[in-house]
Amino acid sequence: MARFSEVNLKTAGEIISRYPRPKSALIPLLHLAQEQDGYVADDAMEHIAELLGVTPAEVLGTCSFYEMFKREPVGDYLVNVCTNIACMLLGGEELLHHLEGKLGIKAGSTTSDGKFTLEDVECIAACTEAPCLQVNYRYHYKVTPDGADALIDDLRAGRRAHEVPKHGTLARIRQQIPADKRAGNAVPGEAGEPVWITRANAAAATAEGGAG
Amino acid sequence: MSDTQAPETVVLTVNGKQIEAKPGELVIDAAERNGTYIPRFCYHPRMEPVGMCRMCIVEIDTGRGPALQPACMIPVAPDMVVDTESEVTKKAQDGVLEFLLINHPLDCPVCDKGGECPLQDQTMSYGPGESRMVEEKRHYAKPIPISDLVALDRERCILCDRCTRFAKDVAGDTLIHFQDRGNQTQVNTFPDHPFASYFSGNTVQICPVGALTASPYRFKARPWDLDQVESTCTTCSVGCRTLVQSSRNEVLRYQGVDVDPVNWGWLCDKGRFDFQAVNSEDRLGAPLVRNGASLAPAGWGPALTKAAAALREADPDRIAVLGGARLTNESAYAWAKLAKGVIGTDHVDAQLGDGLPAEVVLGLPRATIDQACAPGGTVLLLGPDLKEELPVLFLRLRHAVTHDKVAVVELAPRRSAVSDLATTTLLHRPGAEGEVVAALLAGGGREAGGIEPDALAAAAALLERGPVTVVLGRSNLADTGAGVVAAAAAIHEAHPEVRFLSALRRGNVHGALDMGLAPGLLPGRTTLDDGGQWFRDAGWANVPRTRGLDASGILAAAAGGKVDVLVLVGADPLADFPDTGLATRALAGARTVIAVDLFLTPSAQQADVVLAAAGYAEVDGTTTNLEGRVSTVTRKITPPGTARADWMIAAELARLLGADLGLASAEEILAEIEATAPSHAGLTPELLRSHAARDGVLVPLSVDEPAPAPEEVSSTEGAAPSGPAQEGESDSGVTEGAAEAAVAAEAADDSGDRQAAEADATTAQAADAVGDAPEEPAAPTAPTRPVLVTFSGGASTAAPAPDAYSLRLVATRKLYDLGTAVQHSPSLAGLVTENAVHLHPHDFDRLGIDAGATVTLTAAAGSIQLPAVPDAHVPRGSAAVLAFQGSPAVGQLISAGTAVTDVRVERS
Amino acid sequence: MAVTDAAPIITTRFGHDDGHTIERYLATGGYEGLKAALAKSPTAVGEEVKAASLLGRGGAGFPAGTKWGFCPPGVWPRYLVVNGDESEPGTYKDRLLMERDPHQLIEGVLIACYAIGAAQAFLYVRGEMALAQERIAQALNDAYAAGYIGKGILGSDFSVDVVLHWGAGAYIVGEETALIESLEGNRGMPRLKPPYFPAAKGLYMQPTVVNNVETLSNLPWIMNNGGTRFAELGAETSRGTRMFAVSGHVKNPGVYEVEFGVTTFRDLIFAPVYGGGMRDGNSLKAFIPGGASAPWFYEEHLDLPLEAGAVGKAGSMLGSGAIVVMDDTTDAVKAAWRVVRFFARESCGKCTPCREGTTWLEKIMRRIVDGQGRPEDVGLLLDVCDNISPGIAWPPKQTTICPLGPSAVSPIASAIVRFQDEFIAYCGGTAESPVAINGKAYIAKPSEVAGV
Ligand SMILES: Cc1cc2nc3c(=O)[nH]c(=O)nc-3n(C[C@H](O)[C@H](O)[C@H](O)COP(=O)(O)O)c2cc1C
Ligand code: SF4
Ligand code: FES
Repeated sequence: MARFSEVNLKTAGEIISRYPRPKSALIPLLHLAQEQDGYVADDAMEHIAELLGVTPAEVLGTCSFYEMFKREPVGDYLVNVCTNIACMLLGGEELLHHLEGKLGIKAGSTTSDGKFTLEDVECIAACTEAPCLQVNYRYHYKVTPDGADALIDDLRAGRRAHEVPKHGTLARIRQQIPADKRAGNAVPGEAGEPVWITRANAAAATAEGGAG
Repeated sequence: MSDTQAPETVVLTVNGKQIEAKPGELVIDAAERNGTYIPRFCYHPRMEPVGMCRMCIVEIDTGRGPALQPACMIPVAPDMVVDTESEVTKKAQDGVLEFLLINHPLDCPVCDKGGECPLQDQTMSYGPGESRMVEEKRHYAKPIPISDLVALDRERCILCDRCTRFAKDVAGDTLIHFQDRGNQTQVNTFPDHPFASYFSGNTVQICPVGALTASPYRFKARPWDLDQVESTCTTCSVGCRTLVQSSRNEVLRYQGVDVDPVNWGWLCDKGRFDFQAVNSEDRLGAPLVRNGASLAPAGWGPALTKAAAALREADPDRIAVLGGARLTNESAYAWAKLAKGVIGTDHVDAQLGDGLPAEVVLGLPRATIDQACAPGGTVLLLGPDLKEELPVLFLRLRHAVTHDKVAVVELAPRRSAVSDLATTTLLHRPGAEGEVVAALLAGGGREAGGIEPDALAAAAALLERGPVTVVLGRSNLADTGAGVVAAAAAIHEAHPEVRFLSALRRGNVHGALDMGLAPGLLPGRTTLDDGGQWFRDAGWANVPRTRGLDASGILAAAAGGKVDVLVLVGADPLADFPDTGLATRALAGARTVIAVDLFLTPSAQQADVVLAAAGYAEVDGTTTNLEGRVSTVTRKITPPGTARADWMIAAELARLLGADLGLASAEEILAEIEATAPSHAGLTPELLRSHAARDGVLVPLSVDEPAPAPEEVSSTEGAAPSGPAQEGESDSGVTEGAAEAAVAAEAADDSGDRQAAEADATTAQAADAVGDAPEEPAAPTAPTRPVLVTFSGGASTAAPAPDAYSLRLVATRKLYDLGTAVQHSPSLAGLVTENAVHLHPHDFDRLGIDAGATVTLTAAAGSIQLPAVPDAHVPRGSAAVLAFQGSPAVGQLISAGTAVTDVRVERS
Repeated sequence: MAVTDAAPIITTRFGHDDGHTIERYLATGGYEGLKAALAKSPTAVGEEVKAASLLGRGGAGFPAGTKWGFCPPGVWPRYLVVNGDESEPGTYKDRLLMERDPHQLIEGVLIACYAIGAAQAFLYVRGEMALAQERIAQALNDAYAAGYIGKGILGSDFSVDVVLHWGAGAYIVGEETALIESLEGNRGMPRLKPPYFPAAKGLYMQPTVVNNVETLSNLPWIMNNGGTRFAELGAETSRGTRMFAVSGHVKNPGVYEVEFGVTTFRDLIFAPVYGGGMRDGNSLKAFIPGGASAPWFYEEHLDLPLEAGAVGKAGSMLGSGAIVVMDDTTDAVKAAWRVVRFFARESCGKCTPCREGTTWLEKIMRRIVDGQGRPEDVGLLLDVCDNISPGIAWPPKQTTICPLGPSAVSPIASAIVRFQDEFIAYCGGTAESPVAINGKAYIAKPSEVAGV
């Protein structure tokens, strides 16, 4: 079931409708596919290609450029440890190695039970909270070795399910644009000068006229 | 780009020298035109620059001090100062080169590109010695096949984006793409979606390294073993300019040559890879003569004698000649002279029921590809799927649509590849072109040929938009083409200024028609009536006085026992005539069949005498493309065995019939064509050999001009004068004058100064148009050359409405078909697709059949079985099949001469 | 030398747990700036922003008002694209602004759209920032419901859709032209400027203003208090306040909004209210003043004000307000390697010198760190750097399309020039052997190298 489900197909339609050009919806749709299946399957890419009127090769070209898209299933929990400069200065690498030991895998691989994938990542914008990591893109700050162990145990025991959704799910709230409130897409070649600009210019012109 | 007023130039400084450039020209081109070559890998003059490889970075100062900029991305600007030799430039370029090399394998000795590799050359001339990188190189699995024809070695790839840009922007087949990121970036396909493009070979040619290789050529030879000549592809009638490369008397590769008015350097894969057929084991190396049931090898003497005897004994009116589109212009002329001048028959036709009457092709105002693609114009397609039949014309049209705002209105019986480009596609009932166009000309607004009124109205509006070019051909081999003819006539009558670009597919069919290989015509686009006397005076003793039969007529006559000798000059009716039944009966019915061919085709197998002909790359001469552009084809290798040029065979037969064609070499024939053929006046061997004619020469020499305004039409019809009023103008004097213009144009064009070229051309033509005397005094040539044929059309013959139980048949071609070129090219033969009947999904329910089921198609002529495929691209009520695409032969359903083919489709 | 008492402008709601809700936002003066803007003409709003001399906070530091003026007149539609891709190592501020005060950003977006005549805005949030995406989605939904976004905003004739878009993990997409490519659904590969300046040929080749999250977050305050009031804060070209993330070996790492242009590095790193000085009484070795791309600074730079011009003259940049502090326990070679590895991993692959050069630099550095260094490696490193960024000068020259490639040069040049002894410890060789490139002996004339 790697093509979009009925409900996701509807969501995909809504997302596409928000852009002046369909292809702009490509990355959001790849996320939707990853949210559905936990990774981006080839069939999903072919489905997206159909929806956007591009070729599967183009979809793959974009998909494979971005780190977050996994083309193979990963663990339920993707543990991303930052080892970039700020974290490195405060033990980011040590934290990574500690977790490698704890999980019994090297960074870049997945535990045999398919629960955890460990990754060594670049700066995740929490530099003042170093060393830090993300689990399925949820932050954990100033992580100590003990804290890391506790976190892994909790996750394994399912004690964090409420705060950490399954891999692929990012925002749990979606943007909704009510039909009656939509301003509409500004499509090149169709959309002209906005009314408020026209009005303002006209006003300015008459003002000058009045002055002169 | 192509505005005609003389452009002002931009002056900039390159390496201290002041140079002149065209406004908007890129620094890399301006510098090169002025003798400074800036190294490059990703830049390609026929594609949008991307500035990726950075090899062309040079110091450019636009007033804010010198900065390194990619010369391929920066347009010239006044007072710009460019330094391609500064220390900074050199260091930066050497750095880029080193970066390109650190991960590049050092396998030049085993690389196909070795010896013609820009990267290798750069390294030799600028590059560092041994690598400073001690670390491990990037590794990939060695060559992976990305299609049946192309393999990709990602370790050699330097990521210049040429192949990927070509696939997306030029061909529109975005099947290869960059994948992954940064240092891991690679070109690849989507899993299980191979790079199945008709144009994939171009990516191999433009790859600046050996990353992309063509399986038909891989490891065949090293560039330094190859030598080459320039020639013209005759696989179809677009006439792409090529390099023919061979080694040890074997053709090994064709490369596209960039010719501005035609192919821009591109080739289709059929034209590129069918060189394999030239080398085929199955080529005929000697004549064959029938004894009893079988054909036995024979010497030329006996074979020719037997053929001549048959011809001598037969009454000229019972002799017919079919074919000629495979021939050079020179051979076509020789055969016309033999048939019409010596034998005296007019039952001659180079087309095989799949074309249009010669008067239509030759007698309407003709357009060039450039005119059809001129920015802002509108193209009305009344013809085949250009991607399947004239692939590189499809590329030109695609570019015109994507880059030059050309609108395409497509009239077709089923959707085609062009439909994706077209502003509107009107799917009409087969054979209804006449009614539909009549309705269009009336502004739409009423239903016609199964098309809604408002769709017609919208299309009609588009045709008002700008200059219109009609691309005219056959979109359906299951009708007679009468609809297209009626449509063309109506358009010409309503809009005499509209020009037509012929979309007939066969290699040199236009040359063959020009040379008179058609009923009622003589060489030089003149009719029996207008030109008969002229040619008799020129020594054609037996020019017939009455019009003969066309291919269908000839075959019908043969079937009826009215043909004693049927000569097939590169014609294979059994495999290549839409009505298979008629062809079969005809070959059985003809008393003697003489075949002149490269292969022992199905028809040749039925022949009594088979004469082995020399083929492409084995003969010198000229060919004429669908524009009427004459360009050279060149001999590169010797033909197999004792095979001979077709014109020699004609000359031999004439001699045995006691006549002397007086033709001893291709060049001599060309000279005679220039002297006798009205449309070819001025086309001297010298002109063709001149560098200026590199892009070919349009005949008549005065037609290459912008579409004239209606009131000018009568005078500009000098191209195709109709009536005594024009005779003065069409005399050779004027045409000579135009010749100057044409050459001047080409010459200037050649110097790269296109606008100037067109300026010259148009002034000269303007002079021509108002009938001014040319600078050169007209060479006195009496008597006056005959006028050229014109087409004034016939009455529209509306096809009868189909009955409720039948579907109307649409038979179209695919690029890879059962023709000899494909069948004898192993790498292409495998690409022929299976046949099937495509029906609109709605008709499946109506007929109660299910998708994929095998169905029986029954027409008056016969019945065949095919799998049925639902296809919304086929209009309701039509049944679409592929002609010439495997057995059972669709030709069994078609009866030549009946307006349309209706079929019953039933579960079998 | 001045820890000023300037009141914060954009972090005022950070104290509230519910600072992200529309209720709190409205209770604390939310959307008043928008009303103020709608009461003016679009041109007048633009003038206010010019008067504020609001420098872009995304890295390039270009005055927002001026940039808006670059849109070619009469070409429509125009777009606003919000750059929320924050990924420059050391940078941590935009995420806070998006998570803690999304409405402030949205209000800023609306003000900008009104001023430039953008009929549609795209809010591009970094892919890894799930919470920010969630908070912005909620805020957008609430703002639409309350009539602040969409058709006929607040009953006026101003209509605009603000579309939440999110990335998928690629630092380069923070570069504005790559951001636009990404927003078009493509690989995030930068376009050459010129001709592709977003203001002229941006999204869908239409005029497009790309602004950073922090930049736009200032607009409501500017509308409420006036551009001149904003410009009263700060000094020289650097006006208003600015957020700085102080990370690394300081006692209290944190994100601080300080008065721009007058506060010094010493204040940020040592003042008790900010960084609080080096941890465990260690001494300062070096610090990165403006994100990983910036050449390093050392003690002698501590008293420079956080002012774009001054920092530029000193050979580095404030970039994205990311100050990474290294104490004397830091292995300079290893630190440089880690930064280089970042750029090597994040190169988009378009330009040969960046794609091949950064990876090669990283390989050499890793080999050195792994103990396989050779005396000639230092010279090799600098020569490869020179082939990516000719002259290794500041501001950097480049053989590439965008500055990412040249950015990889900063850490290496900085480390080699200042800590050559550490390289020698790894690679052998002697300080005497001058490291020459382009005929210039860098060790001999360090001033020619970035950041010194
Ligand atoms: C490699 C690279 C990465 C960048 N990353 C970011 C980023 O993450 N966020 C950002 O706002 N600007 C980033 N920029 C700067 C943007 O290109 C652009 O200047 C900025 O978003 C404009 O907004 P501003 O004028 O409000 O600062 C980056 C630039 C480069 C060259
Ligand atoms: S410099 Fe690097 S990141 Fe920037 S465009 Fe070139 S390859 Fe991409
Ligand atoms: S040729 Fe100009 S960058 Fe490649």
